Amino acid sequence: MTDGPTFRSELGRARGLGAAKDGVQHWWTQRLTALALVPLTIWFVASVVGLAGADHAAVTAWLGSPPTVGLMILLVGATFNHTQLSFQVVIEDYVHHEALKVAAIILVKFACLALALASVIALLVIAFGD
Amino acid sequence: MPTHERPLSPHLQIYRPQLTSVLSFLHRLTGVALGGGTLLLVYWLIAAAAGPAAFATAQELIGSFLGRLLLFGWTIALFYHLGNGVRHLVWDAGFGLGLPAVYASGRALIVFTIVATLASWGLGYGMMP
Repeated sequence: MTDGPTFRSELGRARGLGAAKDGVQHWWTQRLTALALVPLTIWFVASVVGLAGADHAAVTAWLGSPPTVGLMILLVGATFNHTQLSFQVVIEDYVHHEALKVAAIILVKFACLALALASVIALLVIAFGD
Repeated sequence: MPTHERPLSPHLQIYRPQLTSVLSFLHRLTGVALGGGTLLLVYWLIAAAAGPAAFATAQELIGSFLGRLLLFGWTIALFYHLGNGVRHLVWDAGFGLGLPAVYASGRALIVFTIVATLASWGLGYGMMP
């Protein structure tokens, strides 16, 4: 036992997960993806600005190079992970009908996964396709 | 869950908008807008993978007046959300939470958003052939 008053119930302390049943997982992942997105986003915007007006050959030459493919997969993964977590919070705040809320959260989760996968496949086709 | 008529704390319509609350609202608004904007990113990547013809169509759409307008809006949203996201990370680390610091970083965020957006578009147009 620690000194001083404690405001947590014995059960809450034992389980340590809080009302959402997943502890600080959601909060922490949202921060980690945000942190990763700071340099990735700056890199992406700077690169795209540098490619303004470039043709298909120049853009795919850039997108298909190994460092770009790696950074783009990180960018897409962090972006859609962050988007899913954030949209979930917005839905939880504004959709009060329980079934609709759960359905919307599942839909956003699937959509984010599908969009991330589509992006990765497109990148792999650019890098390794003929 | 039982639904009793319980008193609620004062909400949006009670308060005069302040820099703090407006910037907070804009963070969520720009975040949702950027979520929609990811569709353009995915479309652009798929078009680039599909070949020169599909990519030319995508470039034409993005280069149209409406395309540029959307892209300009998303640039503002991106830099705003990026800058305010860094603000949030600094707050999460426990710094800059005093009222003067919050207002100072809020004003800096507005300046950063405008400067970064205009600089990106200026440089982008400078790259155009």
